[in-house]
Amino acid sequence: MSKKFAIMAMVCLFCCGVLVAPALADSYKVGAVFSVTGRASFLGDPEKKTAELIADEINQKGGINGKKLELIIYDDEGDATKTNLAVKKLMTQDKVCVVIGPSLSGNSLAVVPLAEQYKIPLISCAASYKIVTDDAGKQRSWVFKVPQSDSMAVEAIFDHMKKKGIKKIAIISATDGFGKSGQSELVRLAPQYGLEIVADESYGPQDTDMTAQLTKIKGLTPQAIVNWSIGPPQVTVLRNYRDLGMTGIVFYQSHGFGSRKNIELAAGAAEGVYTPLGAVVTPEALPETHPQKKVTMEYTNQYTGKYREPVSTFGGHAWDALGLAVDALNAVGCDRAKIRDYLENKKGFVGQHGVFNFSPNDHNGLVWQDAFNMIVVKGGDWAMAD
Amino acid sequence: MEKITLASQLFQYLITGLTVGSIYAMVAIGFNIIYNVTEIINLAQGEFVVLGGLIMVFFHVAVGLPILIAFPATVIMVTLVGILLDRLAIRPIRQPSVLTLIIATIGASIVIRGIAMIIWGKDPFDLPAFSGRTPINLLGAVIQPQYVWVGGFLLVIVVLLTLFFEKTIIGKAMSACADNPDAASLVGINVKQMISLSFCLSAAIGAVAGIILTPIALMDYNRGAMLAVKGFGAVVLGGLGSFPGAILGGLVLGTIESFGAGLIHSGYKDAFALIALLAVLFIKPSGLLGSVEVTKIKKF
Repeated sequence: MSKKFAIMAMVCLFCCGVLVAPALADSYKVGAVFSVTGRASFLGDPEKKTAELIADEINQKGGINGKKLELIIYDDEGDATKTNLAVKKLMTQDKVCVVIGPSLSGNSLAVVPLAEQYKIPLISCAASYKIVTDDAGKQRSWVFKVPQSDSMAVEAIFDHMKKKGIKKIAIISATDGFGKSGQSELVRLAPQYGLEIVADESYGPQDTDMTAQLTKIKGLTPQAIVNWSIGPPQVTVLRNYRDLGMTGIVFYQSHGFGSRKNIELAAGAAEGVYTPLGAVVTPEALPETHPQKKVTMEYTNQYTGKYREPVSTFGGHAWDALGLAVDALNAVGCDRAKIRDYLENKKGFVGQHGVFNFSPNDHNGLVWQDAFNMIVVKGGDWAMAD
Repeated sequence: MEKITLASQLFQYLITGLTVGSIYAMVAIGFNIIYNVTEIINLAQGEFVVLGGLIMVFFHVAVGLPILIAFPATVIMVTLVGILLDRLAIRPIRQPSVLTLIIATIGASIVIRGIAMIIWGKDPFDLPAFSGRTPINLLGAVIQPQYVWVGGFLLVIVVLLTLFFEKTIIGKAMSACADNPDAASLVGINVKQMISLSFCLSAAIGAVAGIILTPIALMDYNRGAMLAVKGFGAVVLGGLGSFPGAILGGLVLGTIESFGAGLIHSGYKDAFALIALLAVLFIKPSGLLGSVEVTKIKKF
């Protein structure tokens, strides 16, 4: 009985497959790999939701050139091996036109060779500049990325310091990948802006108290402190800084600070803190004349309307990646080489994280002036800094 | 801003170290209670701290109960989790060896963390400090009122535990189980009940640690493992099974971290603690206050 049932089931499923396949043949396939579950789910979860949101909207409006947008999303669970398998499957079996993701830099680096090998464009949602730049310093031909590099956030901060006449700074950062990458960029770029680093302190990503590090910094009397971390420590640092009576020192947070929750948790200690943020997290604070005002407001309204949760930086990356893919499909159809050429020469794409201007020498398409706005916390909310 | 003197800085490092160390010490005491009765290292100890913080946030902030009600309610809830841990993860194991039981606690910690993530999500939560956030200035150092609470609670726990183990029949029965479970059951002590009780006690202490830590450092579902590691470091430093050792170990560990971070370099903060730990184990393998005779008769 059970054997018979199994055979019947298989036949039925096979028929379904045969019947369904032609129905979808008239569609553009876009593959996506995000870390939807696992340790990096705070990245992958909003990315997946955003991609689905955009795909639904496009298909409701009649698709791209009359063809349906078929989004195939795989979860890499934050694991490099699973990412590799998923991307390979998208490229060889699903035969997608373009791949967006993965969410993590490490995972993106693991699949860069696949994009080059199968000659399928890949638009990564991870930040490391190494994703698009090979060891010789040249741009990889089939790979693009949409997030800003850490160095851009550093430049935005340093430029602001220069305008305020700050010369002596202290760095405090977490010892995880994000903190270390930021710390090395801060140290590398400081001399170009004439800044002297008087303290370079760090703490563990799960640490509960940074008073010791801040006390040391207090003794060295810098004019400004830059903190580079994500998650709860960036709030703890702020509270310790306020408790130690150090509010006379200007405080800068990295671009990882872009969640209103952080202001709330800091319980008043975030007031007056500067942070460089992509337009996507602060659409309300943007002036009407800002080029990204319209797209960011639209996305925020759609996303919060559908999912009842605030927009995050990371969902914005998926918006940019899928938006570019759709734009390319719209212009040249599902011809991978043409998509690649189109993306490489795309200018003036208004996204969530900036206005992208790609070129053969720049597969990220962003400069810090476009990618970041200097934001200050004022009255418990974001405001544009002058 | 006035310049801070070296003396004030040193005093600040000491205060910070002792506060952080008190939390480590509380986790360490939790380890010891269970270890003494069962010889298990309960690696879900950090999860008790997390649950303490998060459940307190639920009762006090979300439901709005006053602290005096929310505090005991939280401790009772976490204690129930401790009993469940014993009933569901420890007791059902057939032919238990100490190692399989320890592995079971790792499994339990992952399950608790997962459930906490589903219930509370991944965002950190805050609690209002017990007596405001206006810092006290003492000799140029800054002391949060909450730091005083941390120290005070450590003291209360130590006094209560000492009274419990020295003066009450149940406490003495637990100590008996620790010394020799077979002999204890021969004189009519219900060893299984004592094991349950040990899980209750250490869950309760973990909960207290979580409740007083959250106003200082926020709490999220993922904190447990790190706290367990630090607490275990304190246990080993002070000597497995020794209560004064756990307290001393925790305070020393916190202070070394703080001074190391402030005076030398914060990047090596955890390394200083580990070096101190290795040095102690090298000179006195049973830990600062552990006794060699006791470790010899233990299986682990």
